[in-house]
Amino acid sequence: MDAPPQTTTAAAPRPSEPHGRRWRGPGWGFLAKLALMALVNAFGVMTLLSAFRAESWLVFSATLVLLLAADIVYFTKRALPLKYLLPGLVFLLVFQIFIFAYTAYIAFTNYGTGHAGTQEQAVEAALIQGERRVEDSPTYPLSVVERVGELGFAIVDEDGDVLVGSATQPLEDARDAEIGSAGTPAEVPGWEVVPRATVITDTALQEQIASLRVPVSEDPNDGSVRTRDGSSGAVYESTLVWDADAQTITDTTTGTVYSATDSGSFVAGDGSALPAGWFVNVGFENFLRLFTDPALAQTLAMVTVWTFVFATLSVVLPFALGLLLALIYNDARLKGRRFLRTLYILPYAFPAFMSALLFRGMFNAEFGVINDLFFFGADINWLGDPWLARAAVVWVNLWLTYPYYFLVCTGALQALPQDTLEAASIDGAGRSRQLRSIILPLVLVATAPLLISSFAFSFNNFTVIYMFNNGGPAIPGAPYALGATDILISAIYDISGVSGGAADYGLASALSILVFAVVGGISAIAFRQTRKLEEFQ
Amino acid sequence: MSTTTAAPAASTTARATGDRRSARRRRWLLEVGWKYLLAVVVIFYAVFPLVYVLSASLNPNGTLAASNALFSVIDLSNYAALGETRFWTWAGNTLLIGGIAAVGAVLMGAAAAYAFSRFRFAGRRPGLTGLLIIQMFPQALAFVAIFLMLLALGEVVPALGLNSKIALICVYLGGALGVNTFLMYGFFNTVPIEIDESAKIDGATHAQIFWRLIMPLVTPILAVVALLAFIAAFGDYIIAKIVLVSEENWTLAVGMYQWVSNQLASNWGLFAAGAVIAAVPVLVLFLSLQRYIVGGLTAGSVKG
Repeated sequence: MDAPPQTTTAAAPRPSEPHGRRWRGPGWGFLAKLALMALVNAFGVMTLLSAFRAESWLVFSATLVLLLAADIVYFTKRALPLKYLLPGLVFLLVFQIFIFAYTAYIAFTNYGTGHAGTQEQAVEAALIQGERRVEDSPTYPLSVVERVGELGFAIVDEDGDVLVGSATQPLEDARDAEIGSAGTPAEVPGWEVVPRATVITDTALQEQIASLRVPVSEDPNDGSVRTRDGSSGAVYESTLVWDADAQTITDTTTGTVYSATDSGSFVAGDGSALPAGWFVNVGFENFLRLFTDPALAQTLAMVTVWTFVFATLSVVLPFALGLLLALIYNDARLKGRRFLRTLYILPYAFPAFMSALLFRGMFNAEFGVINDLFFFGADINWLGDPWLARAAVVWVNLWLTYPYYFLVCTGALQALPQDTLEAASIDGAGRSRQLRSIILPLVLVATAPLLISSFAFSFNNFTVIYMFNNGGPAIPGAPYALGATDILISAIYDISGVSGGAADYGLASALSILVFAVVGGISAIAFRQTRKLEEFQ
Repeated sequence: MSTTTAAPAASTTARATGDRRSARRRRWLLEVGWKYLLAVVVIFYAVFPLVYVLSASLNPNGTLAASNALFSVIDLSNYAALGETRFWTWAGNTLLIGGIAAVGAVLMGAAAAYAFSRFRFAGRRPGLTGLLIIQMFPQALAFVAIFLMLLALGEVVPALGLNSKIALICVYLGGALGVNTFLMYGFFNTVPIEIDESAKIDGATHAQIFWRLIMPLVTPILAVVALLAFIAAFGDYIIAKIVLVSEENWTLAVGMYQWVSNQLASNWGLFAAGAVIAAVPVLVLFLSLQRYIVGGLTAGSVKG
C-alpha cells in the first residue's frame, strides 16, 4: 500500500468545466455517458415504481439513495474519484456488505421453513390451509380474467351483479360489466376475459386457476372463491377462525384453540402447533443451540476439527510437494524443463470442480479405475469409509493444488539473489546449508501471505468437498445429514436447507457468523505475523 | 620405441578420459539423471486422471465400469450424444455469465485501481484498508443471505430475483472489487505518473487518460483479472446452484454435478466428454497465458 508519487490531479488548478458545457465535436464519451445514465435512471425508476407497488420499503429506499448518488456523482463535476469507484462500490455495498449484515441479522431470527413471513401472512396461510368448501354454498357462474399478467375471477352473484377480484385484491363490484350468453361475465372493464377455449386447452393455465383463490373481503375469516372447472365458483371458508384481539386461532371443527407464542408459532394447549409460523427475533438462541443441542454440538465439533485438519493438510502437503518439485526441477542442467513444467501444472489448468467429479468416479468402490488398476480389483470402499474418504479427499486436493505451489515456488526460487548464494558457497556453505539458511527462509517469506490466503480458501473450499463425496459418508445419528468429510461451509449448506428439505436459515447463518469470525481472526493474526517476518528479514 | 612408449601413454590418457567420462556420467546420473526418472513418476501422477477422462470420453459404452480399459475403443458417440442433452445450453450459460462477470470485474477493478492509484482524496487509505478486510470474508459463506435477498428482490424486480442469470452476475460482481483492486492497484502504481502529467498538459481529460493511456499500458493485469474472474465464475457451484433454479439456466458446474450424482455409472461417458470439451479451451487459454498468470497468482490468488 505504498503511495505512488504525489500527483497534482486532485488539486488541478485549471478549472475544468462539465463535459456537457464544453461539448465540441462529436463528444462520444459524453454521449456514451448520457446513454448509460439514461439506462441506469430508467432501470432505477422502474425499480422504484415496482418497489412502491409491492410496498417493499427497504428496496425502495436503497434504490432511491443509490440512484440519487449515481446522478449526483456523474452529473456534477465534484467527487472525481467517486466517478471511478461508484459502480464497484454499489455492487460491493449491495452484494457483499449488505449480505454480511443480513447474515448477521438472520442469525438472530428463527427464519426458516414455517417461519418465513410476518404474523399476518402466517395467519393467512393457516386459514388457507384450513379452507374447506362451505356446505350447500351456492355456485356462481365464473369467468377467468386477466390483467397485466395477473389472473383473477369475475363472478355473477345472487343479485346478478358482476364482482371481480384477484389473489391480491378481494372481490369488488365491477360496474358496466356484461354477462354473456353462457351466463358468465363476458366483458369486465379493466380486465380481459380469458376465452373459455384457452382455459380448457392450456394445462399450465389450468394449474394456476386451480390454485387461485380470490378473497371475498379483506377479512380472511370470510373465506374465498375458488373454482374447479373454470366456469363456476364456490365460496370456501376456513374451518379456522382468527381472533386478532385475543391472538388466537380456533379450529371450529374440533374446538382446539391455538394461541400465538413468542417463538413465532401458534401452539395449542396440548402442545401441537400449526405448520404456519412467523418470523421473530430469537436473540442468541441459534448460537446457543449450536453449542447446547447435544447431537448437533457433538457432530459440529467433529466437523470443526476436520475443517481445521483439512485446511491445514490442504496447505502443508501441496506446499511441501510443490516446493520439493520446484527445488528439484529448478536446475539449469535439465533439458526440457519447460516441457516438464507444462505437464506438471496440467492439473491446475483443469477446472477444479470437474477434477473433483472425475475423482469421484475414479474412487468408486465398485467400478472405479483406482481399485481396478492400482489395487488389482480389490473392493476398497473409498467413499463409504470415513477415514478412507478423508484420505481420498486430501489426496484429490493435493493433486489439484500442488501445481500452484510448484509455480509459485519456482518463481520465488528464480527471484533469489544469486550473489548471496554465490557468496555463501565461497564461504564454504554446502548445498544443504544454503538450502536451510538462505533458500528456504527467503522462499517462505515470499510465499507466506499466499499460504495464509490458501488456508482461508481451503477452510471454505465447498466445491471440492461437495463435488467429491457430498461431504459423506454420513455420520450415524447426526442431525441435518452431516457427513465425515463435511467441512463447516458444506455443513452450513446442509443445515440451511437451501437445496431442499426443511430450511433453518437462522441456525445456518449463526454458524456462518462463527466461521466468518474464525476466518477473519486467522487472517488478521497471520497477516500480522507475516509482516513481522518481513521486518525481521 | 616411440610407438611403445606412446602406446601406454595413450592408453592411460584414454583410460583417464574414459574414467573421467564415466565419472562424469555417474555424477550426471546422481545429480541430474534421476530427476528424469522422478519426472516420469510425477507426470504419471499429474496426467493419469486426464488421460483417463479422455479415454472414458472416447468409450462408446458410456458407463463407469466400461471406462477402465484405457483406449480400448475409440469412438465419438459420447460427444455426439452431448447434443441431445442440455450440455450446450449450460456451456452457453457458463460462457455468458463468466464472460460478463469477467468484463465487469475488469472494468470495475480497473476504474477503482485507477482512482486509488492516481487521485488523492479523503477516505482513500481507509478505503484501501476496508477492501483488504472485506476480501478476507468469502461471499460463499453468506449464501443463505444471498438466497433470501434474491428471493425478496425477485418479488420487486423479477430480473434480479432467483433463477435469473443477471442476478448471478450481479452477485459475482459484488465480490469483484475486493478481490481484484489490490492486484490491479499494485500494477497501476508501476505505470509512471509522468505519463499522466504530460497528457494533462496536452489538455487530456481524466477520462481520456484512463481509457487511452492507462488501460493499454496495464493490459497484462487486465488479462489476468479477466481470466481469474472467468475461472472463478466457471468453477463456482454453491452460489450458481442456489440462484439458478431451472435446468435451462444452469451452468456447467451445476449441470455436470447433476449428471455425476444421479446414476453416476450410466452418465459417465457423457460427463467425460463434457469435461474434455469444457476443459480444453480453459487448458489452452491457461497454458498460453501462463507467464501472466503466474505473475497474477503470486500476487495473491488461489485455485477456485
